Amino acid sequence: MSTALVSQSERPPASAGTGARKLTERAFRIRESGIIVVLVVFVAVTASVQPRFLNTTNIQFILVNTTVFALLALGETMVVISRNYDLSVGSVLGLSAYLSASLFGGHHGFPIPLAFLAGLGIGLGCGVLNGVMVAAGRVPSLVVTLATLYIFRGIDILIVGGKEVVANSLPSAFLDIPKSTVFGIPTLAIVIAVVIAIGAYYLRSFRSGRELYAMGSNPEAARLAGIPVGRRVFVAFTVSGAIAGVAGVLWAAQYGTIDSTAGTGYELQVISAVVVGGVAIFGGSGSAVGAALGALLLNTISSALYVLGISPFWDQAIFGLLLLLAITLDRFIAVRLTAALRVRGARHE
Amino acid sequence: MSDPADQTGDPPEAPVLVLRHAAKSFGAVQALVDGSIELYPGEAHALVGENGAGKSTLVKILAGVYQPDAGALLADGQEITLHSPAAALAAGIAVIYQEPALFPDLSVAENMFIGRQPLGSGRRIDRRAMRAETAAIFARLGVQLDPARIARGLSIADQQVVEIGKAISLEARVIVMDEPTAALSAAEVDRLFDVVRTLRAAGTAVLFISHRLEEVFALCQRVTVMRDGRQVLSRELEGLVAGDLVRAMVGRELAERPPGEQVAPGEPLLTVDRLTREGVFTDISFTVRAGEIVALAGLVGSGRSEVARAIFGIDRYDAGAVTVRGQRLRRGSPTGAMAAGVGFVPEDRRQQGLVMDMSVQQNVALASLGRLQHAGFIRASAERALATDWASRLAIRYGRLKDPVSMLSGGNQQKVVLAKWLGRKPAVLIVDEPTRGIDVATKAEVHHLLVQLARNGVGVLMISSELPEVLRISDRILVMREGRLMTELAHAEASEEEILSAATGQATAGVPTPGQDKGER
Repeated sequence: MSTALVSQSERPPASAGTGARKLTERAFRIRESGIIVVLVVFVAVTASVQPRFLNTTNIQFILVNTTVFALLALGETMVVISRNYDLSVGSVLGLSAYLSASLFGGHHGFPIPLAFLAGLGIGLGCGVLNGVMVAAGRVPSLVVTLATLYIFRGIDILIVGGKEVVANSLPSAFLDIPKSTVFGIPTLAIVIAVVIAIGAYYLRSFRSGRELYAMGSNPEAARLAGIPVGRRVFVAFTVSGAIAGVAGVLWAAQYGTIDSTAGTGYELQVISAVVVGGVAIFGGSGSAVGAALGALLLNTISSALYVLGISPFWDQAIFGLLLLLAITLDRFIAVRLTAALRVRGARHE
Repeated sequence: MSDPADQTGDPPEAPVLVLRHAAKSFGAVQALVDGSIELYPGEAHALVGENGAGKSTLVKILAGVYQPDAGALLADGQEITLHSPAAALAAGIAVIYQEPALFPDLSVAENMFIGRQPLGSGRRIDRRAMRAETAAIFARLGVQLDPARIARGLSIADQQVVEIGKAISLEARVIVMDEPTAALSAAEVDRLFDVVRTLRAAGTAVLFISHRLEEVFALCQRVTVMRDGRQVLSRELEGLVAGDLVRAMVGRELAERPPGEQVAPGEPLLTVDRLTREGVFTDISFTVRAGEIVALAGLVGSGRSEVARAIFGIDRYDAGAVTVRGQRLRRGSPTGAMAAGVGFVPEDRRQQGLVMDMSVQQNVALASLGRLQHAGFIRASAERALATDWASRLAIRYGRLKDPVSMLSGGNQQKVVLAKWLGRKPAVLIVDEPTRGIDVATKAEVHHLLVQLARNGVGVLMISSELPEVLRISDRILVMREGRLMTELAHAEASEEEILSAATGQATAGVPTPGQDKGER
């Protein structure tokens, strides 16, 4: 028989396989618990300097603020996992926020659920547009959504002009949505947490969800395996758009005052949250829960800087630093994991 | 074609898959002229032939990747058409490639069942069932692999096993293995063979493609030999020896060296001393002298291109030295190699040799920019002059010099790559597969050009998978096998049989066995 090309190790110990699985699972747990650790450390340090940070109002404030981002992060996660990017979410949010809020303009009696439906519809429309161009037009999503980022924002400015929706034109029941609490926890945060849990469960446990991961992991193999790549991409963008639309309505309820700049720059913050939350920027791995935790972390940091009296200008620098850290950590884990798996693979050959 | 009814042991059965007189051309190149093969349930069938004999094309037709221009494909006697890889899978034909494409982030079980995972209540994926099914298949194959681990980090051998498992779960009746053993260790090859035997016992037909004839004899019952796009032999292996197969694979007259007397080799230009890159090639030593064409022969994957890339400094090496005209090259520095007078025409001209969107003129000038610049600006007139000069010397056929090089034919593109390097007047020229995919006429021109260069005192190191080419123009032939230099042959004493034997690890002594030529052309 021929001489070995690949270096070779001796045969069995049989059960080495389970070790590899445990290692893999541990690595993922490390990644998500890593965010929690950073979060806890940050909160602890801030609270020790400024105990006010931990009062109920502030925690409620952080949680409510996070809901919009966590929601956007869910849609973005679906897109990023499939090795695509949706840069238009901020503009979709802005468009939906103004249009849905202006429905209350004439009469305060306009039903609130209909405003949410309107936001959903607007987002859906934008998402479909993105999805068609990426899936059917085969244009890279980075380019498509960069274009629609400007187009949607342009439409927004065209409609809004110099006007704005102000809080007293909105029904108080609408403005109260972010304020309602259950046992001190904002209702909104609970609802969004449930939505994210459902999203994460879908991605984990349904064929179409897994296929998004497959597409991100190896696009060529996904096509060869007969995965309807175009349809999956289309759905991911549509869902991301629809979610951004709903997030827009929530944003309106939270801030009350909506002009044509609502949601500007959110797209990059959302992608930051997703990456910090452990979703691989080239797709294939990560979870919606992680992404939501990433959003929570970024919002907590903003709030902590505010409470500590540090200039908000530091926000962005710290976000950037965190992003670098997250990517470095991911890279490190990936390299170590691959090496460890290789060793185990060789050992049980 | 031989009658398979006399297969030893097996009852005569109908073939599960038959390909009849398939033909396939790519532009002017006819890759497959008359490809035929019959596969029977429960057999391991070897497909052998030189590089370029049409094996890969035939496999891709079976895989549904290519559609044949002519010929018929029959499954269970019914004619079928395969429009896509998915259609081939649906017809029960699975192909295991040398390097499988898995989803590195998904679990082994999911890789096997992607798109058709077993479902539980509410259309949720039933992970437990999926893992159990995967484990059952691995148990049947007798391999140890954890279904739940992610595919990242699996060895090539394990990746192949996952693909084979997938084929089984799809109830494939024909499994094609395209050179599966090329990157496997001996122990891994043994395990693969056990798997193939298990598959055979279950009635699966396995088409096994390998350059290693000893593997063919160890594993297979029947063999099909291809040469120049045709089937030249198809019968049971019993009663054949390796020499018969080699003869059937080669089966052609020695081509002649193009006219022009040989120049006595001059001073050593390129000296490679015990070059080693761990796991890729080991202890490679040779010299190329002025006026010489030295061929580096061997099978694809034997490490030839890697040696060339290391010499030129594209890849690093772990030990050894490269010397050009007495000056030692810094490792990992193409700039250094170029400064020392080395030129390198890479294997893949579209990806590595040319900038496809740039013009003919710019591509020719690309390696000579240093000479063409004046105060930091490239002088367009000088660039044009250089390009015009070389285009006419090499008889490059182009529309305008400003046309993108992508508009040229493959042969002319290759000449542009050559012109790019010749413009630098290299002392040593390394060419990797200089005539791959170009038509016969241009091929002859390229050969003539290389011989001409050598006569003018350039040292040429040529890597080629085409034995006729190697024999035609080289003065000395180095044969590599699995990362090592096996032998060196002088032009006068070299034959295709000898090169092939060294490249496949078949003892030279075994070849000249007197035996009837089974070729039926």
